Amino acid sequence: MSAQRKSYDGVAIAAPFTVPYERYSTRSAHWFLGRALAGVLGAAGIKKDDIDGLCVSSFTLAPDTAVGLTQHLGVSPRWLDHIPMGGASGVVALRRAARAVQCGDADIVACLAGDTNHTDSFRLNVSTFSQFARDAVYPYGTGGPNGSFALLTDYYMRTYGAKPEDFGKICVAQRANALKFPLALFKKPLTIADYLNARPIAEPLRLFDCVMPCAGAEGFLVTRRDIAEELGLAYAGVLGTIERHNAFPDDPIQFRGGWALDREDLYDQAGVKPADIDFVQAYDDYPVIEIMQLEDLGFCAKGEGPAFVRSHDFTVGGSFPLNTSGGQLSVGQAGAAGGFLGVVEAIRQLTGSPLGGAVADAEIGLVSGFGMINFDRGLCSGAAILAAKARLQ
Amino acid sequence: MTTPITRPTRKNPVLRTRLPTLPPNARSRIALGLTAGAARGVFELQVCEDCGTVQYPPREACRACLSARLRWRPQDGAGELIAETRLHHSQELYFRERVPWRVGLVRLDVGPSVVVHLHGDVARAPARVRVTSQLDRSNQAALVALPEHATPHMADDPELREMTCDPKFRKILVTDGKTAIGQALCQQLAAAGADLIWAGLAEPWKKLPGSDTLASIPQVTQVPLDVTNERSVQDLAGEIAGKVDIVINNAEHHRTTSISSRPGTDVARAEMDVNYFGLLRLAQAFGPALQARGADGQSSAVAWVNMLSVYALSNFPAHGTFSASKAAAYSLAQCLRAEMQKSAIRVINVFPGPIDDEWSQLILPPKVAPAALAKSIIDALRSGVEDVYPGDVAQEWFTRWRENPKALERELAQ
Repeated sequence: MSAQRKSYDGVAIAAPFTVPYERYSTRSAHWFLGRALAGVLGAAGIKKDDIDGLCVSSFTLAPDTAVGLTQHLGVSPRWLDHIPMGGASGVVALRRAARAVQCGDADIVACLAGDTNHTDSFRLNVSTFSQFARDAVYPYGTGGPNGSFALLTDYYMRTYGAKPEDFGKICVAQRANALKFPLALFKKPLTIADYLNARPIAEPLRLFDCVMPCAGAEGFLVTRRDIAEELGLAYAGVLGTIERHNAFPDDPIQFRGGWALDREDLYDQAGVKPADIDFVQAYDDYPVIEIMQLEDLGFCAKGEGPAFVRSHDFTVGGSFPLNTSGGQLSVGQAGAAGGFLGVVEAIRQLTGSPLGGAVADAEIGLVSGFGMINFDRGLCSGAAILAAKARLQ
Repeated sequence: MTTPITRPTRKNPVLRTRLPTLPPNARSRIALGLTAGAARGVFELQVCEDCGTVQYPPREACRACLSARLRWRPQDGAGELIAETRLHHSQELYFRERVPWRVGLVRLDVGPSVVVHLHGDVARAPARVRVTSQLDRSNQAALVALPEHATPHMADDPELREMTCDPKFRKILVTDGKTAIGQALCQQLAAAGADLIWAGLAEPWKKLPGSDTLASIPQVTQVPLDVTNERSVQDLAGEIAGKVDIVINNAEHHRTTSISSRPGTDVARAEMDVNYFGLLRLAQAFGPALQARGADGQSSAVAWVNMLSVYALSNFPAHGTFSASKAAAYSLAQCLRAEMQKSAIRVINVFPGPIDDEWSQLILPPKVAPAALAKSIIDALRSGVEDVYPGDVAQEWFTRWRENPKALERELAQ
């Protein structure tokens, strides 16, 4: 029997920072992570010796891990974590760091994620992504997640009646959000006709269904509210979080993620309902997984995702603000930073400092992460409900 | 329905020949168990000896009960296609040159879901399929989902043809057209749709039993070829090597000698000269040209077949020197396979037991008939395996050898 979950009272998340994305870079992951650390410190107005915890996610840092990065960046944390969970790393970094500061193992944790992207980085990454991928997926030509998500999308469309226009609507809305976000790599408006007429990549996926790999980094600080107040930081709080790996292993193909297993726990911790959420930052390397998150996180029932999409407006000012910075589909996927993008954007919205469009009266936001297509499905899922300072006890 | 392939038009010698590229060939050591099955045409998956759970992808512990006792067991491959995609893009050159490429996800009836290359005749999902394990052009196992029931021209499917070495519309050198096996090969290759067959004759001036039949097959051209003569091998290679798609080296010298049954080394030398050095001469003369044409369109160079002997695995003392020469040839064939693999040319080793010919006169039946041996070679080309043990004796020896090579050594010494 599990012990009663402790709340995240007293945790503050602050100092969101983005190292601007580039399609390709000759720099290394270390450079991007260094810029990210300098960025969050600058945003908080503190020095690097002020942080005593460090949490890192990166695919291209090899042969280093977070350990090597401490010496590279000249920091001496008393709490260190390296999270190899790709798209789920932001939520997981947040919840681990939150417990560390609550328990006093650290006072201020810098959470960083960043990757470089050389012209051949993506191929190298996908060809050696995991043992199962190398043995049982990559030899089939699928070129990384495109093929896997094409299979999931094909199944989802046939089973639940989703149409290309449904996925297109999400992509188009996120592009509209991205046009207001200065750091987005995609700066051209996207119409539904552009989406539908784009070349096929892996049927049924078209060009704008697929994230574009790029270089960049994201970071934020996790600390206690008293410290944040003392430093004069704008911060948000944490109402609840979940994490799950290899959920539903007997499903023949992925049509749901770990959120479906844990969402009651999430909303119970947070003391809110899906209807109370002001915006959602969903993991979006492909739109099908966003629809699954909307279903599995309880915004609609399983299979009602397509109808939900048809009845909502996902722009910043719409009925259901989704990926308000444009998400990875329009900002770019900077490796593991893609798993941090949603957390960083949520902190900005909840602290009244968005770089792009602002969600009106945003007080409660949900961030969802998904990562690691190890073989045929994504293994890691997580979600966090965050709140503006006004909503904290 | 698969569109049947057509006879390739004459090649324009001015145009560049596409160089061979390979599908990704990196595998974990445990996953090579799948390749071991595919090499002899068997689809095997790991099955837990303790709880019976079938596993995929290959792994080190049972996903149900954590047992480490996982054994590779043959599977029937029955399953349902539950999702599919058609790739228009890939990170890998091999696939970029071949898209669109159909890939599917199949739920096997025995449990696991598997990513497969998807045959064009399989209906849109959901559809019943039969999954097989095939060697791909990098010589590693890949799973292919075929329609549940055979369809017309299904071997011509572009994805399946990438996995096989089908003789249809290919140009083939049979190194010895004199023997019963050589003649059976020529007849059966012609029937299988081979475009052109060169039948090597070491002594072309001699009239032999069956030479009239050989001459009557329109696809067959008789050519002088003495594999013990380097000049002869080079001369023929200079003339035809750039056109050969498949080499079938059936040239063989077989005498029934052991160490003590005959003084001197002349017979052993003659056996080595044909069985071992013959292969070496052929490989050096024809290998480079084949390798250059490993991706030369629909009827590219594709395979090299060695007729070895099951005696290559463990010495049969009554035929001791012959066994030794075949063991040497087997070892060299492994070297050839490693070299050819880089160019997508499959090396197929055939390990027959006693053949029903004059040099195995005193061996009791069962013996493999020349026509049956030839058929097993055609079948190997069509199905894309790389190790063949044709005939009941070869099967039994191979099984005994796999189970306990020391026991087989003692049994053969009786």
